[in-house]
Amino acid sequence: MKFADEFRNKAIAQGIARAIGGEVSSQRAYRFMEFCGGHTHAISRYGLEDLLPANVRMIHGPGCPVCVLPASRIDMAIRLVDRPEVTLCVYGDLMRAPGSQGQSLLRAKALGADIRMVYSTLDAIRLAEQAPSREVVFFAIGFETTTPPTAVMIRIAEKKRLKGLSVFCNHVLTPSAMHSILENPKIRDTGGVPIDGFIGPAHVSTIIGTQPYEPLAEQFGKPIVIAGFEPLDVLQAILMLVRQVNEDRNEVENQYSRVVTREGNRRAKDEVSQIFELRAQFEWRGLGLVPNSGLKLKPAYAQFDAETRFAIHDLRVADNPACECCAILRGAKRAVDCKLFGTVCTPETPIGSCMVSSEGACAAYWTYGRVRDEPLRRTS
Amino acid sequence: MCLSVPAKIAKILPNDMAIVSIDGISLEISIALVDELEVGDCVLVHVGYALAKIDPVEAERTLELLQELGSAGERRS
Repeated sequence: MKFADEFRNKAIAQGIARAIGGEVSSQRAYRFMEFCGGHTHAISRYGLEDLLPANVRMIHGPGCPVCVLPASRIDMAIRLVDRPEVTLCVYGDLMRAPGSQGQSLLRAKALGADIRMVYSTLDAIRLAEQAPSREVVFFAIGFETTTPPTAVMIRIAEKKRLKGLSVFCNHVLTPSAMHSILENPKIRDTGGVPIDGFIGPAHVSTIIGTQPYEPLAEQFGKPIVIAGFEPLDVLQAILMLVRQVNEDRNEVENQYSRVVTREGNRRAKDEVSQIFELRAQFEWRGLGLVPNSGLKLKPAYAQFDAETRFAIHDLRVADNPACECCAILRGAKRAVDCKLFGTVCTPETPIGSCMVSSEGACAAYWTYGRVRDEPLRRTS
Repeated sequence: MCLSVPAKIAKILPNDMAIVSIDGISLEISIALVDELEVGDCVLVHVGYALAKIDPVEAERTLELLQELGSAGERRS
């Protein structure tokens, strides 16, 4: 595939890995958090950790929207779809995300709820057009990448006067989460790990640009390199971070210049700012309530807001106490540190959401990593 | 969730829609979020929407840099 295959060249990857090996100082540790699940997936899928020196450690961050969605929001959606007039449209990877007490949208669908998997918000528009007597609710989820398509959907619904279409909004913001990871004393003092730099999101940054990360790099003294999702992109970003750490620099650098600019996609940002506004706080699995980290529809679009339209109330639901998703999401533990991993919790029977999404840290490790570690575990 | 695929614009349609080709497979997507696209441009496609145009000059520049970095690592070993 053009603009993908060229960035997967094995010989170049080995060369860059050797360059990293030659530039790291043996006197110190390099702990880099890749915020995005897409990077976690690339690191696991292409075995990039095996190419890195032992003192360069990658920490999987919370950048997978399914993984960070708290069980309460799944429970709220299930309550919503209990209404016989509602058709709920969801992106596929949300279907098995765990709610409380073993509930999921997939189970609700099996029990008769009208839940449709969609590929795009355009599918939700088509459904609403085809069934004008139904209440079609789109379960909106995702970071800044996925928010503009939801905004466009609302604008089209308004233009076409689709009175039966609304949005259950769960869109969240990346810089607020990075801020929370760096600043939250609970995370910092109780089980967080030191972070020497971030690999910044690829496709989130196509929308918001690199500029929103600049205050973070400056305030917390952490280098951030925005990187693409191909293996060479990730390796180059790691080399750029190593160089920044060695030179004691804390800048935002852009490895993904073929797509990302400093300003981002102005048209997409305009669409989002017309339709959405900040929530005072939003709950994240693993991070708790994070201020200014979620979006809701502006009052002018209340008719499209499922939470207003169906008077859905906030729920608070405790996670399974044995599940280590929360610690894994903030880099305090690895998948293998969880006693549920690979026993009761597998991609077929996920307990925590890190196992649900293919981009989740546990699912990536289950699919690509555990075989690699087998000899080590056997001898330990 | 945030993964996207590169695709080439094959045909511009009315109402901000377009046909793109991904490894020979055709798909109808929305181009409502990207300005000034032409047939032949490459875009990142995510959940049925073009999110950004891929800059071929920057892509080439990154590849050259990667090759340089790769060879530098080669020489070091």
